[in-house]
Amino acid sequence: MSDKKPERRDFLFTASYTVGAVGVAAVVWPLVDQMNPDASVKALASTEVDVSSVKPGNTITVLWRGKPVFIRRRTQDEISEARSVKMEDLIHPEKDEDRAKDPEWLVMLGVCTHLGCVPLNDKGDYDGWFCPCHGSHYDTSGRIRKGPAPLNMEVPKYEFVNANTIKIG
Amino acid sequence: MSDHEYTPTSKVGKWFNDRLPLLTLANHLTDYPTPKNLNYWWTFGGILTFCLITQIVTGLTLAMHYIAHADMAFESVEHIMRDVNYGWLIRYIHANGASMFFLAVYIHIFRSLFYGSYKSPREIIWIIGIIIYLLMMAAAFMGYVLPWGQMSFWGATVITNLFSAIPLVGEGIVTWLWGGYSVDNPTLTRFFTLHYLIPFLILGLVVLHIWALHVPGNNNPVGIDIKKPSKDTVPFHPYIVIKDGFALLMFMIVFAFFVFYSPNILGHADNYIEANPMVTPAHIVPEWYLLPFYAILRSVPDKLLGVVAMLSAILILAVLPWLDTSKIRSAVFRPLYKQFYWILVADVLILGYMGAMPAEGLYLLIARVATAYYFLHFLVILPVLGFKEKTLPIPLSITEPVLGGSPNLAMAKNKESIDK
Amino acid sequence: MKNFIKLFSIIVLFFFTFTQSQSAEKVDYLKTDWSFKGLFGKFDRGSLQRGYQVYTEVCASCHSMKYLSYRNLGEKGGPEFSEAEVKAIAASFEVIDGPNADGEMFERPAKLSDKFVMPYENVKAAQAANGGAYPPDMSVLVKARGGGVDYIYSLLQGYEDAPTGMTLDEGVHYNKYMYGNKIRMSAPLSDDLIEYGDGTKATVEQMSKDVTTFLMWAAEPHLESRHRMGFKAIVYLIILTILVYFSMKRIWSRVESEV
Repeated sequence: MSDKKPERRDFLFTASYTVGAVGVAAVVWPLVDQMNPDASVKALASTEVDVSSVKPGNTITVLWRGKPVFIRRRTQDEISEARSVKMEDLIHPEKDEDRAKDPEWLVMLGVCTHLGCVPLNDKGDYDGWFCPCHGSHYDTSGRIRKGPAPLNMEVPKYEFVNANTIKIG
Repeated sequence: MSDHEYTPTSKVGKWFNDRLPLLTLANHLTDYPTPKNLNYWWTFGGILTFCLITQIVTGLTLAMHYIAHADMAFESVEHIMRDVNYGWLIRYIHANGASMFFLAVYIHIFRSLFYGSYKSPREIIWIIGIIIYLLMMAAAFMGYVLPWGQMSFWGATVITNLFSAIPLVGEGIVTWLWGGYSVDNPTLTRFFTLHYLIPFLILGLVVLHIWALHVPGNNNPVGIDIKKPSKDTVPFHPYIVIKDGFALLMFMIVFAFFVFYSPNILGHADNYIEANPMVTPAHIVPEWYLLPFYAILRSVPDKLLGVVAMLSAILILAVLPWLDTSKIRSAVFRPLYKQFYWILVADVLILGYMGAMPAEGLYLLIARVATAYYFLHFLVILPVLGFKEKTLPIPLSITEPVLGGSPNLAMAKNKESIDK
Repeated sequence: MKNFIKLFSIIVLFFFTFTQSQSAEKVDYLKTDWSFKGLFGKFDRGSLQRGYQVYTEVCASCHSMKYLSYRNLGEKGGPEFSEAEVKAIAASFEVIDGPNADGEMFERPAKLSDKFVMPYENVKAAQAANGGAYPPDMSVLVKARGGGVDYIYSLLQGYEDAPTGMTLDEGVHYNKYMYGNKIRMSAPLSDDLIEYGDGTKATVEQMSKDVTTFLMWAAEPHLESRHRMGFKAIVYLIILTILVYFSMKRIWSRVESEV
């Protein structure tokens, strides 16, 4: 038999395997993707919050993606205090300007970066938040100053869609 | 099974195989001598394995989103259909997959009936198969309850109520099954648990089913015993693997038509109505694959005897190897049995049709006749045929009839002596 | 192989005659072209939007559609309203939310993520307001009726005078296509009942067709995806089947003869 026969035979089998593999991949994908967030979860991926009633010095807590978010309207004193901290004094150096683009509004995840408890407002040695679980202290910019937490409280993606409404996520 | 000692080619392979002989098993399955004259009716075993795996995989992924609570079940199914990524696809595959599973199992069973695959020495394979079939029906019945539609609820009510027919303990059993005084949330949650469990029991039984098969080896269309391996057999891989693969692909095309273009045609519209204990649907019907038994159940006016008849219709199959007294396996060589076989097929189809009709008037009469005939076939016709039927001569080997030799035993023997 | 095809055809034939006989009573429904039927069926976007308008202005006062969310109106494969339009539609409805910090429930405008607001708080309230009859939820109504879209389309146009001799109770109407011919709902549609946003003339037939199309989408929002995927899947399977068939023939040619 000439060389041609084995070549054609191989091509047929190779083609079958390849086409078959494409099918297997096409079947596997939906089975994997069904575990990804579904449409109803993704619809709640961002939340709009009306902040018109928040007075300076007050904080509200809203639920976003199942977690608490602190929205604080800061007083001038709180803002100056946050801005005057030296980077060397911070456990996790971050400028307040980078955390609060509009200095009056601080928006961050109310989740302690140590082990996930919810810190308490207006408590602690740095005029910010205090986490009762293991004693982490956060300042008026939500930055960790003392205690076991390694990072500042996370600032999520957010924007003011109008003067009264913040869209988080 | 005495296989020649198989030695893995790699050192790691040998090390592993000495501790757990999976590679020997794989080698056995690859080389397994299979009759080379198997026709397409033999591909349904492989198709059934595919169906079982499909149902388990789609069921598992559905279970990640389904909520087994009476207040949330229907809504959770709609959530799957609308919001879960590809949820609609997985749900429709699972629902239609159940129908395809039963279509394949009926073809598989009727193959065995035609070719005598249930006969000695394959009785245990057959009986395990009947148990698998019973578990399939239980799983399918409970699965249908889970969406908590009108048919789910009322089908569950009707079928669980049947147990009250048992004398003395019947009512107690029904209450025990329900977990309450009617089909309600406790019933749903336990049905979900059992529905999840049964496929894995089936999986175990399938392993036993195939193991038991590998002792005598496959039956074949002419029903004769063959030597394995021989020129009458081919190794399972690649010959049977590729043939099963081809048949499976054809099956999947049919499956795809249902899933993508008529996903609800085999179901009942009433199951898209949320379960309502105050309103009974005009006609309570099970899914199509349970209809013949439903017809038998309703043929008997007495509740208990109806249940007995329905169960007997299935259990009678278990003793089939002993009811059929014929020494010849394959209907190919049993011309009279062949005719009765096709009448049985028609009878079962008629029973199925009657199961979908109201149990009154002409429909009821036909169902009763068909039920009586069903039992007549197994209890009277088969035993008698074994003794009375004049069978055709069977060939000596599979290849022999084709190689110009006569299928006639005597002539072949004559030819042999001449050739010598 | 021939026997296989024979038996296969018998089974398929049996299935389809069986399923046809299952659909409702032996009434001939009114027929029309449904753009979403067939292998390549798609929804008519305009019809869906008009259908939504009919649903909202005529049906939604009694019939809930509780499994749909407002965001569905903007998603692919449906009416495909713009995001701004969907937001406006949602905002025109009030939902109950809460409890707030005072522990009270309050009302707020609906968002995209909210489900369609129901006209009645629960089934009993709906029954009480409609003489004991419950106006069914319409999320999957098309799939919950054996006659499907043809049935709904016909029923909406099927109000007639009762045949001579038939007496109807108070509040019961005669409908040619309703199961049992008696229906509690009075004829919901009449010519020019609403004014279509796109200027189409709102005849009873037009509104019936549009709202039924909308109901079909509501019941099967992924219909177009399903049809598209189905076409690809079946073409793929046919190609693979052909390749495997020839592979099979190649392999089996090594055996001297197939018996």
